[in-house]
Amino acid sequence: MGETIDLKLHVWRQSGPNAPGRFEDYTHYAKAIPTHASFLEFLDIVNERLILAGIEPIAFDHDCREGICGMCGVVINGRPHGPRKATTTCQLHMRHFRNGEEIWVEPWRAKAFPIVKDLIVDRSAFDRIIQAGGYITARVGSAPDANAILIPKQVAEEAMDAAACIGCGACVAACPNGSASLFVAAKLGHFNSLPQGKPELDRRVLGMVTQHEKEGFGGCSNHYLCEAACPKEISVKWIAKMNRDFIRASLRYAPPVERKEGYG
Amino acid sequence: MASSQVLSFTRTAIGQKALVAVTGIILYGFAFFHALGNLQVFLGREAFNQYAEMLQSMPKLVWATRLVLLVALITHVVLVVRLARRAREAKPAHYRFEERMDPSEGILRRYARQTMLLSGLIILAYIVFHLMHLTVGAVPGLFFVRGMAYENLIYGMRTPWVAGFYLFANLLLGLHLYHGCRALFQTLGLRHPQWDRRSFAMALSITAVIVGTNVIIPIAGLTRLVGGELPEDPQEVLRTGEEKHTVSE
Repeated sequence: MGETIDLKLHVWRQSGPNAPGRFEDYTHYAKAIPTHASFLEFLDIVNERLILAGIEPIAFDHDCREGICGMCGVVINGRPHGPRKATTTCQLHMRHFRNGEEIWVEPWRAKAFPIVKDLIVDRSAFDRIIQAGGYITARVGSAPDANAILIPKQVAEEAMDAAACIGCGACVAACPNGSASLFVAAKLGHFNSLPQGKPELDRRVLGMVTQHEKEGFGGCSNHYLCEAACPKEISVKWIAKMNRDFIRASLRYAPPVERKEGYG
Repeated sequence: MASSQVLSFTRTAIGQKALVAVTGIILYGFAFFHALGNLQVFLGREAFNQYAEMLQSMPKLVWATRLVLLVALITHVVLVVRLARRAREAKPAHYRFEERMDPSEGILRRYARQTMLLSGLIILAYIVFHLMHLTVGAVPGLFFVRGMAYENLIYGMRTPWVAGFYLFANLLLGLHLYHGCRALFQTLGLRHPQWDRRSFAMALSITAVIVGTNVIIPIAGLTRLVGGELPEDPQEVLRTGEEKHTVSE
């Protein structure tokens, strides 16, 4: 089974949204952890032992466990997704911790991400931001020809960089202002860079930024901790583009006028 | 995308930040020209007092500038306080370990961005003190005679705690502008990878001129490198000033 390590584990336990939470010391259950285990597998192992000991297992979010779904995500020793750059919690392996290392695990902390239980937070604010403009109003159906709309290689690449956002919320977790600017900017940047997204650019940026405000996220004050925490390494340059597009849209956007039938 | 429910520009954080950046540019521009003007202290008493007189001879321009600066300053401060309060609400709880994020970030940049509110607050207090000292002349115990800008400045800087406060506040101003002048490009969406280096370099050199000047003047005054020709006792200046006055009459 290979090498194992013992860890000094402290986990945030909170039974419900309004219940008081506190750190529990699970060092006793964090011994002989295989270094090949991922961080989530480590929590699985601890949970199995907690169940055997008659303690309620730690609640944490997870889904694909291959770093693309954005479900997992806890703050490990003050850093969202732990100490490794560009790595989600599920892709973080225990070999990156020293034997005997102290580990403190907490949920994302932001007003707009209320804690559901233990390490699970409610990130549906992100869904509502997407509903406010993170889409293209287009006929769905068969896929169009790949070369029907010509997109320069560099534009396609950059849009893809923005689209790499998995919506995990690490940017919010890292931000001292609890701002989701990087998430909103990445989603906006993805659509607004491409010709398919441009017709609705103004409406999209106004709608999504407004929703971001209404959800109670803070504003960006250029700390750039989001970029450092992002497992997909989304650049803060997208926030600059969002700011530019938002300022421009605020100056020029007028809501469409309803047109009567038959006047084409 | 219910467009009717879109928040007005100044009610969003991005809009407020943009106004903070624009008012910041206004204050920044003033600080630059103010520092350049003050460099004339090194040209001697005559030149500096003439410069001060020249400014005072244009009261309309002076008051228009003061009005613009006052509005800019108030807007800057009020919006920042609002944004900070909002940010605090958005982050009600903190982590056991705060922010051990990016080791590649320099300590100066890190310190500058973490202390924007604090440095801003101290700079605000400094602006009030500076105006009371050299514009109104209402700081008890400090030499002030209207029309003697050079003497007012030099005798002020000979007082160690005054020079010390000017030094301290201007070093903080340096930190504040260091973060601010980089951040404003981001806030106003004026960044582009091709231009980043040039725009940052430009903003940082202007900052260096402002801070350099504002730091050199108190040091030069305190060490008598500038204004050493003035007598130690300010009363003597007044007496000789009166004599000259009577002579010229």
